[in-house]
Amino acid sequence: MEIVTLLLDGVWAALQPTNLGLAFLGVIIGLFVGAMPGLGSVNGVAILLPFTFVIQEITGTISSPMIFLAAIYYGAMYGGAISSITLGIPGASTAVATTFDGRPMALSGNAEKALVIAAIASFAGGTVSNLILTGTAPLLASVALKFGNPEIFALMLLAFATFIGLSGDDIPKTIISICFGLVMSAVGFDIISGAPRLLLFDSTQWFSRGIQFLVLAIGVYGIGEMLWTINSSRDSLKMTEANITLDRVWNAIKSFPEAWRGTTIGSFLGFFVGILPAAGATPGSLMAYGVTKMVSKNQEEFGKGRADGVAAPEAANNSASTGAMLPMMTLGIPGSPTTAVLLAGMVIWGLQPGPLLFTNQPEFVWPLIGSFYISNVIAVTVNLACIPLFLKVLRMPFSILAPLIFVLSVVGTYAAYQNIYDVWLMLIFGIGAFLLRILDYPLAPAVLAIVLGPIAEPKLRQSLLLSDGSWMIFLERPIAGPITIAAIILLLLPLYGFIRKRMRSGKTS
Amino acid sequence: MSCVKKFTLGMIALFASLAVGVAHAEFEPTKPIDFVIMAGKGGGADKMARLMQSIVEKEELASRPLVPVNKSGGSGAEALVSLNSATDPDHTIMVTLNSFFTTPLRQPGLEIDIMSFAPIGRMAEDTFVLWVHKNEGVNSFEEFLAEAKARGSDWIMGGTGSAQEDQIITDFLNDTFGLEIKYIPYKGGGAVAKDLAGEQIDSSVNNPSEALGFYESGDVIPLVAFTSERLPMFPDVPTLAETGEDFAYYMQRAVVGAPGMSDEALAYYTDLFAKVYDSAEWQQYKSDKSLLGDYTSGDDLSNYWQVQRERHEVILKASGAIN
Repeated sequence: MEIVTLLLDGVWAALQPTNLGLAFLGVIIGLFVGAMPGLGSVNGVAILLPFTFVIQEITGTISSPMIFLAAIYYGAMYGGAISSITLGIPGASTAVATTFDGRPMALSGNAEKALVIAAIASFAGGTVSNLILTGTAPLLASVALKFGNPEIFALMLLAFATFIGLSGDDIPKTIISICFGLVMSAVGFDIISGAPRLLLFDSTQWFSRGIQFLVLAIGVYGIGEMLWTINSSRDSLKMTEANITLDRVWNAIKSFPEAWRGTTIGSFLGFFVGILPAAGATPGSLMAYGVTKMVSKNQEEFGKGRADGVAAPEAANNSASTGAMLPMMTLGIPGSPTTAVLLAGMVIWGLQPGPLLFTNQPEFVWPLIGSFYISNVIAVTVNLACIPLFLKVLRMPFSILAPLIFVLSVVGTYAAYQNIYDVWLMLIFGIGAFLLRILDYPLAPAVLAIVLGPIAEPKLRQSLLLSDGSWMIFLERPIAGPITIAAIILLLLPLYGFIRKRMRSGKTS
Repeated sequence: MSCVKKFTLGMIALFASLAVGVAHAEFEPTKPIDFVIMAGKGGGADKMARLMQSIVEKEELASRPLVPVNKSGGSGAEALVSLNSATDPDHTIMVTLNSFFTTPLRQPGLEIDIMSFAPIGRMAEDTFVLWVHKNEGVNSFEEFLAEAKARGSDWIMGGTGSAQEDQIITDFLNDTFGLEIKYIPYKGGGAVAKDLAGEQIDSSVNNPSEALGFYESGDVIPLVAFTSERLPMFPDVPTLAETGEDFAYYMQRAVVGAPGMSDEALAYYTDLFAKVYDSAEWQQYKSDKSLLGDYTSGDDLSNYWQVQRERHEVILKASGAIN
């Protein structure tokens, strides 16, 4: 009961005009930075961090600046889906998986449905994770502590395993694609020994920073898709008209239940991945997509505009972003890049994140948690109300849209890291992705690998250092063991199917 | 205070500020300043850098913003290389740790000469404390030695980076006390603190700022400080010197400029960070997080680097990390 009282007090505090106004402003800013390719929530929060000092001085409370930043974080999770669906460029890394089905759905004339599903799934994910966070924060903090190096590696292995099936039946091509992503993620400096790796062309400028994930993602989904669309619609350069009638939006809202499975999986899995330090919303949304596809009876419809495929990553990235608040507040370590910046903010405002934050700073924690609920409601309302506006983008003829996508891809890549080499690299990836697509290579696994590779590799090597090189460490530990076994089974299943099919076709021929 | 006195003081202040203004009129940043952080997000160095950035912003100390960029790769190698090849040295500065000394020594191939970096200012010296989990049943440094000795290489020490500060201290403990502690490198101090609290590792030599959250909750206990005098924050924790070993180890928290920075720009940044150092927020942070050391800049800082580099060369040679 005490929690309910605390939460109600928190919600009440978040509803005060100043805080409500800040949350509203934050959500709008968040929607914008989320929707702009290259500007994710990290950039939005980092840019506005110093501004929070002003808020703190004016309001005199420590929770108001955080409510503002958290609202940006929330808004960006909604915003990322908008460009993923309408333009096919992921607005933020967290929305990459949303392009898998959101874009095809939009191209087939159901953009309003994709946008509605994304918004409602985001809302569901945010709400579910808020409820879990409110009820069980201290308990979950101890769960997160149980996840050491071998456990996190096992989880990453599981993520790869769920993605092996992502491209349907062509397992060799999927594995090649994953390996390509892993090689890309290995470029740069070795984390354990500090030795430089794969610095091609002997150029420190190009590769010493490693290949940033967003560079690959924008290249593949922005430029690659654009080229693909130009190539495949050479004869009819006309986009499907998206009609914006309230009726259609209403119908889309009514059709939401068909995405229940993706929403549920995304909400819970996203939260769980989010609370694990080092993971965050991007792996969370990719994993949710993979799992939803795996358990679905209609796997072959994924990637062609299935409602579950839109809902799962969107529910997951919102859920994970709330989840990532948990290790930030209770353990003092960030679960995602954005929470790392928020964490720095807390230190600047004079808070000590850690196990005692909930006890020592209730006047900070509860209004903040209360504001999560409020921001979520604001974000879904604003988002649904603006859908007709977003759809205008789709009504542009492709001859205008294509240059726009090109410009946004270039600007977005530059904006993310302020490095011109990244822009060239992005263009190369884009052309490469187009060629690979013609050869029917799936690219989502490569994107997944470049996200998960940098998380999995240090965990693998730290674990092997712990065990003196014995791989049994992944099987012997009580939490890591079952996860590893599940991953191995998942890895072998499609392989088994593949071999059986080969044998059968070998017999008949 | 009489009006005349007020007026005189006012004039003095005005002239003083004019004088300062004249001295630095030669350099003003003309674009946002790249503020490279030699560590990942969320660790001690990162929080400190963002605090500096906020102080600059809040007190409006600079006409252009500092833009933090984390470059944590390769024990600071990524950050050093990026500074070494900075195209605009007058607008590129970096927050450094001791990997500023060790990484160029370990990787001569990077061709980095730290003496070519611009000595802007040392903001503090961070301290190291040995921590164990409360469930370990170890309550003093003596008990730690006995337990770690008994467990040999099953005693796990987690730390930030390899052949960096934390491993140097671990190596020292192993050599001096005949231990076989196994060292596991992590990307940042935050992850080490979390894994100690979760009992994934047995001990850490985190900076107080990194371990404070779990210290306050009682999950981890400090055993010994690697300082020459006891830390005001932990008056009951002995220093290693008290056990008879002449060993103290600190980490510099310094701001450096890219090689090739003009003298005018160096003067500008030296002055800028002196103001940050003097601010109430920074002084508060220093005492809250158990940081030591005065503001040091210019030749004093260069000399300090020289001494530190030689010391680290000796340490790394002794441990076999370099020849």
